[in-house]
Amino acid sequence: MNEGGPIDCDLHPAVPGLKALLPYLDEHWRETVVRRGFDELVPISYPSVNPLTARADWRDAQGKGATTPERLAMEALAPFGTTLAICNCLYGAQVPFSEDIAAAFCRSVNDWMAHEWLDRDERLRASIVVPMLSAELAAAEIDRVAPDRRFVQVLLLVSGELPLGRRQNWPIYAAAERYGLPIGIHAGSTYRHPVTPVGWPSSSVEDYIHQASGFQSQLTSLIAEGVFSKFPALTVVLLESGVTWLPAYLWRLTKFWKGLRSEVPWVSDPPSSIVRERVRLTLQPFDAPPARAAVMRVIEHIGSDETLLFSTDYPHWQFEGAAAIPDGLDPTLAQKIMVENPRRTYSRLQETVS
Amino acid sequence: MNIDVLNWPALPPETASKLAIADCDVHPRPRGSGIGGVSKALCPYLPKHWREHVATFGLTYRQPWEKGSAYPKGQPLACRRDAWPDGDAPGSDLSFMAAQHLDPNNVALGILNPLTSGQGAQNPDLSAAITHATNEWQVAEWTSKDKRLRASVVIPFEDAAASVREIELRTGDPNFAQVLFLSRTADPLGHRRYWPIYEAAAAAGLPVGVHAFGYGGWPITAGGWGSFYIEEMVGHAQAQQALLVSMIFEGVFERVPTLKVVLIEAGLAWAASLAWRMDRQWAKLRGEVPQVKRAPSEYMRTNVWFTTQPIEEPEPREQLAETIEWIGWDRVLFATDYPHWDFDDPAHALPMRMTEAQRRAVFLENAQAVYGVA
Repeated sequence: MNEGGPIDCDLHPAVPGLKALLPYLDEHWRETVVRRGFDELVPISYPSVNPLTARADWRDAQGKGATTPERLAMEALAPFGTTLAICNCLYGAQVPFSEDIAAAFCRSVNDWMAHEWLDRDERLRASIVVPMLSAELAAAEIDRVAPDRRFVQVLLLVSGELPLGRRQNWPIYAAAERYGLPIGIHAGSTYRHPVTPVGWPSSSVEDYIHQASGFQSQLTSLIAEGVFSKFPALTVVLLESGVTWLPAYLWRLTKFWKGLRSEVPWVSDPPSSIVRERVRLTLQPFDAPPARAAVMRVIEHIGSDETLLFSTDYPHWQFEGAAAIPDGLDPTLAQKIMVENPRRTYSRLQETVS
Repeated sequence: MNIDVLNWPALPPETASKLAIADCDVHPRPRGSGIGGVSKALCPYLPKHWREHVATFGLTYRQPWEKGSAYPKGQPLACRRDAWPDGDAPGSDLSFMAAQHLDPNNVALGILNPLTSGQGAQNPDLSAAITHATNEWQVAEWTSKDKRLRASVVIPFEDAAASVREIELRTGDPNFAQVLFLSRTADPLGHRRYWPIYEAAAAAGLPVGVHAFGYGGWPITAGGWGSFYIEEMVGHAQAQQALLVSMIFEGVFERVPTLKVVLIEAGLAWAASLAWRMDRQWAKLRGEVPQVKRAPSEYMRTNVWFTTQPIEEPEPREQLAETIEWIGWDRVLFATDYPHWDFDDPAHALPMRMTEAQRRAVFLENAQAVYGVA
C-alpha cells in the first residue's frame, strides 16, 4: 500500500440488478424473490435516471454508473492517484419493511461486494450494509462480516424508522465499537417518515437538499441520547452529508446544550467538542460558498483540520472533471484531508490486507 | 442567550440600551386558564356555540397530549422565572410587560406573536373561530392600549379559504403588521394549498411571519420522533430550512413576487450554507423545477428575513458577523422572544463589532422597512 496516496471515503458501486444478487441469497430468499416477482430495490433517494445519480460521462451504455471495478478504477481512482477507496453500496437492501427481507438482502449485498468488487481490485474497501430496523439482526450481520478486514465501517442511512441515537439502536454501536469500526451514516432514507419535519416535498431536488437537515437532526439525536458517552471508542462519519452547515448547526446545538443540559446530564462535554473529537464528514458535496475566500472562513468556523475526509461521491454528479477539491481550500489542508485524516479515522486502512 | 445571570448586576433602565429597538417576537398570552383549553380572556370574542363546544369537547391538536406541548419544557410554560405577573402567566399583563421589557429596553416597535391561538387545532372550524377571537383580543387588550405594539393576524393556516377571509377582514387595519403561521405545518409551506394565503397577504401589504412550533403531526426529524425537548428546540432550525426550501422550489416567490416572509425563532446562521446548497443543486437540476427562475439564494436576498433570537453563539462571536455578511445585514431583524426562557437581551445578545449603520439596521430600521412602520 502506498503510504502517502489519497484515500477516497465515499464511492458507490452499483448493484446491476436483483439478478446479480441471486447467487448471494440463500435458497429460501432466492426462490421467494423469483416466485413473488420482487422489483428492483432502487430507493427514491437516487432515482436511476436523475442526473445527480450518475454524472453523464460516467454512465455506461445502459445509462448506469459505477457498474464495474474496472470503470471505477479508471474514472474515480486514476484521476486522483487514489490508493484506497471505501465503497458504500446504496442499493435499498436496508429499506424493506420486513426485517427478514432486509437482513437477507443486506447479507447478499455484503457478499456480492466482497466477491465482485473487493476480490477484483485490492485498493477497494467497503462498508457493511446492515438491516438497520433490527438492531439484533444488524449486530449479527456485523459479527458475520467484520472478520473480513476489507470491511472498514458499518453503514446506516441517515433517516430510518427511529432517530439514530435511540437506545434500540445501541446494539449496532456496541458491535461496531467491538470491531473498531466507525459508524458511517449516509444520505438517504427508508422513507418511514417524510424527509422534512413538515411533510413530503414535490421534487427530487428538494429531497436531496433536505438530506443535509436530516443529518443535523440525527447528529442531535446521537449526541442527546448519549451515544458518544456510552461508546467512548466509537467514531461517526457523515457521508455525503454536505459540509458547510456544520458550524452554524453546532453554534445552535451548543447554545441549547448550555440552557437545557439538565435534560441530558450524560452529555458532559459541549456538543462542539464532541463533534470535533468523534465525528468526521466526507468532502463531497461540500456545498461551497460562491466566493473562493469564504471557503477557508468556513473551515475556520468548523475549527479543526481533522474533520474532513476526501471523497468523490462517485458516480454521483457533484463536480466536473477532476475538481473534487473545492476551489479555495488550502493545499496543505487538502493533502491532510486526502491522506492523513482518512487513515486516522479508519484503523483498518492502516493494515495490509492479503 | 447564555449569560451569567447570578453575577449580573441589575442595569439601570436608561443604560440597558441606548438605541430604540424593534422587537420582532413578543408573546402576549390571554389571561385565565379557562375551559377546554381556551383561555377565559378569549371567551368574550368567541361565539356562544364555540364556547359550548370547547366546554363539552375540548380543543385538541395533532399530538398526544390534551394539554401542554409534545415535549416537557425546560421550565413552566418555557418562560423566564422572573416574568410571572402576580397570579397569572407570563405575557398576560401589559403593564408588567411594559415595566419589565418594553420601557427599560426602549422597544419602539413590538410585534406580537400569540402562540396559544388555536392555530393547528384538529377541528378546522374551531381553529378559525379561536384565531379570529385572538385577533379581536389583540386589538382590544394590546394594540389599542400601547401604540408601540403591532399585532399579527393569526390564521387557521391549514384552511386557506378561512385564512383569506381573516386576512381580508384585517386589511388596512394599522393594528396589524403581519400574517402569522406556525412552522410545523401539515404540508411544506410551498404546497399550492397555501398559495391563496400568500396572495391575500401580499394584497394586504402584510409580510408572512412563520414562527417556530406547531402541530403538523410529523416528527421533528426525518427519522422519527426524538426523545428530548432539546432535540425539538434545535430541530426548529431544520423545520424552517424545510419550509423555506419548499417555498422557493415550489415557485411561491415567482407566483407572488411581492411576498415578504419573516422566519421567526429558528436562528439564522444556517441560512448561508442552505443558500449555497440550494444554488449548487439548482444549477444542475433546475430542469425538474422550471418554476424556479432565479438562483434560490436570490429569492432569499429579496423576499426573506430572519429574526435573531435565539441567536447563534460562536466562539469567537466575530464569526457570527462573518455569517451575517453572507446572508445580508438587511435580512436580519432583532427579536427577544419575551417572556420565554431563552430571551435574548438587546444589551448582550450581539456582542460583536458592527458598524453604526449595521447596528441601526438590525435593531430597528430593517423591521421598520419590512413592516412598513415608521
